[in-house]
Amino acid sequence: MSVPVRIRESRRRVAPPRSTGRSTSARRPRRSVLLTALTGVVVLYSLVPLVWLVVNATKTQQGLFDSFGLWFADDFALWDNVVRTLTYDDGIFLRWLGNTVLYVVLGAGGATALAALGGYGLAKFDFPGKRAVFAVIIGAVAVPGTALAVPTFLMFSGMGLTDTPWAVVVPSLISPFGLYLMWTFASEAIPDELLEAARLDGAGEFRIFFRICLPLLAPGTVTVLLFTAVATWNNYFLPLIMLRDRDWYPLTVGLDAWNSQATTAGGEVVFDLVVTGSLLTILPLIAAFLLLQRFWQSGLTAGGVKG
Amino acid sequence: MATPLPAAVPAENGRRRPRRRRSWAGWRFVGPFLAIFALVFLAPVAYSIYLSLFRTRLVGGTTFVGPDNYEQVLRDPQFWSAVVRVTLFLAVQVPVMLLIALLVALAVDSGRLYGRNFFRIAVFLPYAVPAVVATLMWGFMYGTQFGLVGNVNEAFGITLPDPLSPELVLASIGNIVTWEFIGYNMLIFYSALRVVPTSLYESAEIDGAGQLRVITSIKLPALRGALLIATIFSIIGSFQLFNEPSILQSIAPNAITTDFTPNLYAYSLSFSGQRFDYSATVAIVMGLITMVVAYVVQLRGMRERG
Repeated sequence: MSVPVRIRESRRRVAPPRSTGRSTSARRPRRSVLLTALTGVVVLYSLVPLVWLVVNATKTQQGLFDSFGLWFADDFALWDNVVRTLTYDDGIFLRWLGNTVLYVVLGAGGATALAALGGYGLAKFDFPGKRAVFAVIIGAVAVPGTALAVPTFLMFSGMGLTDTPWAVVVPSLISPFGLYLMWTFASEAIPDELLEAARLDGAGEFRIFFRICLPLLAPGTVTVLLFTAVATWNNYFLPLIMLRDRDWYPLTVGLDAWNSQATTAGGEVVFDLVVTGSLLTILPLIAAFLLLQRFWQSGLTAGGVKG
Repeated sequence: MATPLPAAVPAENGRRRPRRRRSWAGWRFVGPFLAIFALVFLAPVAYSIYLSLFRTRLVGGTTFVGPDNYEQVLRDPQFWSAVVRVTLFLAVQVPVMLLIALLVALAVDSGRLYGRNFFRIAVFLPYAVPAVVATLMWGFMYGTQFGLVGNVNEAFGITLPDPLSPELVLASIGNIVTWEFIGYNMLIFYSALRVVPTSLYESAEIDGAGQLRVITSIKLPALRGALLIATIFSIIGSFQLFNEPSILQSIAPNAITTDFTPNLYAYSLSFSGQRFDYSATVAIVMGLITMVVAYVVQLRGMRERG
């Protein structure tokens, strides 16, 4: 890879910048219709299933079978579908929605708090055993998460935690990615001099963290919160093995259960509710990503991937 | 597959700062994370190693069997056929997904697109869709009943190959996973491209380098670290494949067996077969295979970087 080096040398050669006008024009290349169209194919691929979901959430079960998948059927049954989704089986969907929100608030909120504290601690303190902590976390992270699921289930079952919200919340509290992001973010966003000054003024460590550092860490915290919220909201495997009681299901496991009803003997076929329920499940997340994009995009760029 | 992991230790502050005192204070901040980490990461690892050394029989109870379970896994044709299946998946799906993600990231970063913010967001959106919903959606679309495949067949009077048949279902799962993660990987690549200093592009232009040259000489080298991380995540994700086949099972019960992937096999062993000791052994062996492959890829990636 000698080429980049050559380019850097040539920059030195032309060191005194001649015209700024030229370089700004370089940063504003001509737009290309061809490239836009080619990338458009990928956009189409990404959006067509979502369009399919929206269109089919407006159909009755009969309409699902009778009409073309990417266009509306004769009856527009969206509102009826939404009402039936929310009230089916004594409103179990709302119960699942409540469970999901509970798991996200406790799981993602807790994971973000632990990651912020831990990342700050790793970035700003030298303490005995710090190297061992690095080694253990990085080593354990290479272990596939799902490989731990069965033993975790057996342990939790021994502790009487299965079939309770704790079985879903406690494992969600650990986000190695979140820790890593907060650690990188804290190293860059918080100057050591600031901490020294606060300590000289006699402030305690936790007071320094909450009053001075936490506001500085905000962009990183929002990013971690958003990504752990998505991970918890979308979690399927963990609640699937931990929960037997339908009343504690999150939306993902509930939707899967509704879908499986079609293949279970005696189960009612509710594809229309599965489709509408799926749409209702993804709306909050898509809204969150669209509304908070300023935060997560800057957070990812700042702390994200420098590997 | 959704959880990215730290692949490199972030550099401490580059500049020399006043030397920090070494004290126990840091433990108060790191302690809570470590306590939960020990409970949900370290303890299960230890427990599954313990389980794998025993065997429980209906008659005779639990006995220490040492490496017997491991020997059985290594000779288990069901396990190996599952490993071969996810390896095939890895070899085809991951390069396709990463290549598309790379091309989109380069296109968005080039600034030559009309409405590039729309492109970035639109391609990323599927990441916000839970694997359950993604699989149900695609599963319905694949179906001949009210899916798009059925629509196309009707409209043109043809019979497309059934995406949910045993021969094609792996490719169909590959398509679902690709759909879910193109945007996520694109964002990783795009973030890496954003930190390339503009001065590099300016000097390249002064040198008369064309777009293609800028890509091969500046952008691809800058992406090397991000590519390595994305590859390792994808390897781990492929070897752990579970959600998509597990959910598709109710739509295509004949195509997806209970030992379709190593994880599905471990899951069925535990929850339908009650063979927790053997299931733990399968999980450990698969974890070791994953770690070795990820490690080898990382070593190769680091060496090529030099």
